[in-house]
Amino acid sequence: MVKVTINEIVCKGCGLCVRACPKSVLALSKTKLNAKGYHPAEVAVPEACIGCASCARTCPDVAIRIEKE
Amino acid sequence: MALTLMKGSEAIAEAAIRAGARFFFGYPITPQTEIPEYMSARMPEIGGCYLQAESEVAAINMVYGAAGTGARVITSSSSPGVSLKQEGISYAAGAQLPCVILNVMRGGPGLGNIQASQGDYFQGVKGGGNGDYHLLTYAPSSIQEAVDIMMFAYDKAEKYRMPVLFLADGIIAQMMEPVEMPAMVDYKVDPEKKPWAATGWKPGDDPAKRAVINSLFISTEELSQHTEKLQAVYREAEKNEQMWECYKTEDAEFIITAFGTVARVAKTAIDEMREEGLKVGLFRPITVWPFPYSHLKEACDQESVKAVLDIEVNEGQMIEDVKLALNGSRPVEFLGHCGSQFPTTAEIIEKIREMKEAK
Amino acid sequence: MSVVFEKTQLLTDKQFHYCPGCNHGIIHRLVAESIDELVKEGKLEAGNIVGVAPVGCSVFAYDYFNCDMFEAAHGRAPAVATGIKRAKPDTLVFTYQGDGDLASIGTAEVVHAAHRGEKIVTIFVNNAIYGMTGGQMAPTTLVGQKTTTSPYGRDEAWCGAPIKMSEMLSEVPGSYYIERCAVNNNANILKTKRAIKKAMQYQLEGKGFCMIEVLSTCPTNWGLNPVEAMKWLEENMIPYYPLGVYKDKGAEQK
Repeated sequence: MVKVTINEIVCKGCGLCVRACPKSVLALSKTKLNAKGYHPAEVAVPEACIGCASCARTCPDVAIRIEKE
Repeated sequence: MALTLMKGSEAIAEAAIRAGARFFFGYPITPQTEIPEYMSARMPEIGGCYLQAESEVAAINMVYGAAGTGARVITSSSSPGVSLKQEGISYAAGAQLPCVILNVMRGGPGLGNIQASQGDYFQGVKGGGNGDYHLLTYAPSSIQEAVDIMMFAYDKAEKYRMPVLFLADGIIAQMMEPVEMPAMVDYKVDPEKKPWAATGWKPGDDPAKRAVINSLFISTEELSQHTEKLQAVYREAEKNEQMWECYKTEDAEFIITAFGTVARVAKTAIDEMREEGLKVGLFRPITVWPFPYSHLKEACDQESVKAVLDIEVNEGQMIEDVKLALNGSRPVEFLGHCGSQFPTTAEIIEKIREMKEAK
Repeated sequence: MSVVFEKTQLLTDKQFHYCPGCNHGIIHRLVAESIDELVKEGKLEAGNIVGVAPVGCSVFAYDYFNCDMFEAAHGRAPAVATGIKRAKPDTLVFTYQGDGDLASIGTAEVVHAAHRGEKIVTIFVNNAIYGMTGGQMAPTTLVGQKTTTSPYGRDEAWCGAPIKMSEMLSEVPGSYYIERCAVNNNANILKTKRAIKKAMQYQLEGKGFCMIEVLSTCPTNWGLNPVEAMKWLEENMIPYYPLGVYKDKGAEQK
């Protein structure tokens, strides 16, 4: 079980994590807006995550933390 | 202590070393090349660093880097080279870095010539680089005086956290005089005394103590606070650091103002005039920033004083500060040449006689 | 739960001011992680790190790297780093510079730091444009690329072809290790980190000048979204600026 935590305050909704994810786990929120005015990334399909950390490595704002059971 | 006959460049370089300078970054330019030459031989002997930079621009930025670690650092150049250093000087002033910069002035503007001159007074004391800043600026008139000032220059630079500039003309660097060389100071970087310096902060230490050597304050409030802090330092330096010499001014009818080596020509002329009964004195600023305005005014406001003659080896630069000091209380005349021609004693005496006859 | 990925302590808590998708944040993290690993491996003392920030978009890098930092005048970071390294030879010293800073106004400083074999690491972020001033032509701007000062596209006959710093500096005898990388995908991000760490290790071993050029996007000034910008980099920048090791004296000796 992998836990992906996205810091929504820091996220700028650039979408690079969505592009990087090999399992299409992430998506930019269609409803939420953060204080900066961006649609932050969210974990849309958590069960598909393999914990490769590609999203965290590409995030320009170091907004993603990944933990494994 | 024994007197040694030394060339000015070498005496000043040795004095810097004795004052604790262990890093020299520079670039050759006439008429100060003997300073880097001396440093290149002397620094390795005492475990210091001499590094010839690719340009004066790079040299002053190397000074910025080394001074930011708390080390005592020096660079030297001559007028066109000091122009190139102005960017780094402004940054060092903004980042409040203590260091020593030597300008062995030669003729300008542009390449000018390679003879002694005083053409960089404006550049030295009225800015030079961008922004509201000053440098603690000394204008020595003898090799001994340059050496003596060097021995406390770093203490002053560190006290006020500002760069110190030596505004020396080429004569000082090129002449030889007997000098008493002070003993070596044992200087080591003390992180307690220089909490702002990059001396080994690590994650987990107090974040407020992380060194950030910087002149950028992007918000208007922060920059305004920073420049106000700088101005407060400058006011303090103005209060404490003014240096000047009065020579036979007490009963003078005419007062000559001059800085650097040209003041020595003026002294010879004054002695000759005094023998003839012409009462002339000299006021010589030793710090040209802070300029000793009130002391000059005091000397010239004596009842005996009829007029002031400003003498410089340029087309008239310090005269603006002389006039500011007097604020119209006495007429101020000028004698000077560009092209590095020093006024002769005969010229000075003739000019004073003219002024006397005109009265 | 075990942590697979978290923010390194060599970055401060300050949020990056960079535009969405700007690669500076990725490259900052790689630099910080490389240093952090060297500390954890016992190869470097935690208090012996100094970084030099440039002028340009990464001008505030001194707020982000959690170590002693200097902010240099435009292009002068290698000279400032020289002063620091000469005064504190045991310190890991790195400069972080963009293409306006390093490849234009600061060419003399970087060439001569390389020429002296200065024991510093330079991270050179090349995004083919001036970002901070709002998208003007850089020496690295590609032929035909439109910017606010090359509105008809860069004309090679008028202002030359884009400068290739890695190729150029690898020809300077004093340089030790020069590699060009990119952070456009996971594999290249890992490669970039390995290169940065290797350069840092070379410095700790007292070798000469090392520069890692990292190709980067500028979505805002390129007028593309962050994902499109990565694609543009892959299709336009990488062919002109080929990735790879341009010089590695350490490998030659093996």
